[in-house]
Amino acid sequence: MTARRLWRTLWPPLLVAVAVVAGWQLVAQFAIRDAQVLPEPSQVVSAGWRARGDLWQNTVPTLRETATGFALSFALSWLIATAMDFSDAARRAVYPLLVASQTVPVIAIAPLFVVVFGFQLLPKVLLVALATFFPLAAALAEGFAAADGDAMRLLRSMGASRWQAFVKVRVPGALPFFFTGLRVSITYAIGGAVFAEYAGAEYGLGIYMQRMQGVFRIDLVFAAIVVIAVLSVLLFASTYALERLVTPWRRYEPRRGEG
Amino acid sequence: MTGGAFLLEARALVQQFPRTGQQPLRVLDGIDLAVRPGEFAAIIGPSGSGKSTLFNIIAGLDRPAGGEVRIDGRVATGHNELVSYMPQKDLLFPWRTIQDNAALGLEVQGVSRRAARERVRPLFADFGLDGFERSYPGQLSGGMRQRAALLRTVAMGRPLLLLDEPFGALDSLTRTQMQLWLAGMWQRHGWTVLLVTHDIREAVFLADSVYVFTPRPARLAARIVVSLPRPRTAQTFLLPEFAAREQEVLGALGLPAQEPGRSSTEAP
Ligand SMILES: Nc1ncnc2c1ncn2[C@@H]1O[C@H](COP(=O)(O)OP(=O)(O)O)[C@@H](O)[C@H]1O
Ligand SMILES: [Mg+2]
Repeated sequence: MTARRLWRTLWPPLLVAVAVVAGWQLVAQFAIRDAQVLPEPSQVVSAGWRARGDLWQNTVPTLRETATGFALSFALSWLIATAMDFSDAARRAVYPLLVASQTVPVIAIAPLFVVVFGFQLLPKVLLVALATFFPLAAALAEGFAAADGDAMRLLRSMGASRWQAFVKVRVPGALPFFFTGLRVSITYAIGGAVFAEYAGAEYGLGIYMQRMQGVFRIDLVFAAIVVIAVLSVLLFASTYALERLVTPWRRYEPRRGEG
Repeated sequence: MTGGAFLLEARALVQQFPRTGQQPLRVLDGIDLAVRPGEFAAIIGPSGSGKSTLFNIIAGLDRPAGGEVRIDGRVATGHNELVSYMPQKDLLFPWRTIQDNAALGLEVQGVSRRAARERVRPLFADFGLDGFERSYPGQLSGGMRQRAALLRTVAMGRPLLLLDEPFGALDSLTRTQMQLWLAGMWQRHGWTVLLVTHDIREAVFLADSVYVFTPRPARLAARIVVSLPRPRTAQTFLLPEFAAREQEVLGALGLPAQEPGRSSTEAP
């Protein structure tokens, strides 16, 4: 992406963000006038900067949980989507459960996970996986199924096995679907970890927010929220970079819907 | 070759597809074909008459409802090692470079990707694709894509090439260039080709014999022998016999303008 195009993508959301922050500042400063209810953005930033050591110390575990949970989710989604692609019975057995898993409210199940799996890494990892698994697996399964029937016949005419056709046609064809699913699911990832920490942890942005709320440091609660939002946006943006790396041919494909 | 005179023989091929609440749709209704090694045969027929259906049977992708296919003398059932199939869509995979698309058939047969690339690379010059080995299909023109798909078909090294309307989607100028090019390639390589087309000029220009199909269900309307001199070049289009054979195919398709007394149509 050239600097120009980067700027063209970035200025509209930046403009809106600046407007929102300005509005927040005005409301906090002139309407609410109580930092215990709604601190001013400037207060959030300065408090966050002063507490940067604490914030960082609590960010690292959250990131670790997110990464581990997401790796688990990634591996599971490929495994299960592949199984569903090879076996109709597996698809019929698993798909409804996947949908059900998506409807489980993470916030409600988090305390349960902590009770069962303890205060360490495991319940957080499992919650992140639970929150991010479905969009990935569903996108992959859809991507595999979208393979062109004629392409599969061509492979068959070459004498390809089912597995060869899967690896050479269905997997690469599913990658664009995968990245769409990845973008949906990655926005849930950090949230999943934070909810899990809320339910019980030693360190992490979730438990940090809870503690700060307990001592009425609403400015630091907001600072933690800002950190979470920035991390989520960075993760989201990184999926585009990864996609360009993994699917370099896509820039040569005629763009859909632009004729 | 062990099978005697013909590389490909089809006898009384019948194909039909089930339909809900109706009689099955009969698509092929007793097709006979015989193609010698090194022959260029063409099939022409109205669209929807069953030409691709026939190819699917010969390539071993579908079983016929009746009749049999022999390839090199043996009854063909299922996937066949002697047939290389170029489907109607070019079906180049957008995620593979041209050389990796060309190498796909060899890879599927267990050749390593590296060795497969080595084997297809010498073909690029002949196919007018020199310098595009590492391009993606999305970067190529329509004619080049067709040549790349043909290269992939040829690279498998199988004796019988089935080409389903390879130039059907090209503009007329590019198509003529491709026909001239294919005539030259056939001359040099001695391939055995069965070509489906809906272009009368193309069939007459390229083929030794032209099978004309009726509308669905397909039967043979005629088998027309084209004994135009080889090699065929741009001059071939100007020969009186070229026009005569074109007229003959037109007539067999049930279209007007056949001159009386010039038919050399053989009963199929
Ligand atoms: N798998 C199938 N199931 C049902 N009908 C089919 C199938 N394949 C082809 N047909 C029908 O058979 C007829 C001939 O198709 P096709 O062989 O593709 O014609 P063409 O001569 O244009 O290549 C068409 O009417 C098509 O709808
Ligand atoms: Mg067809």
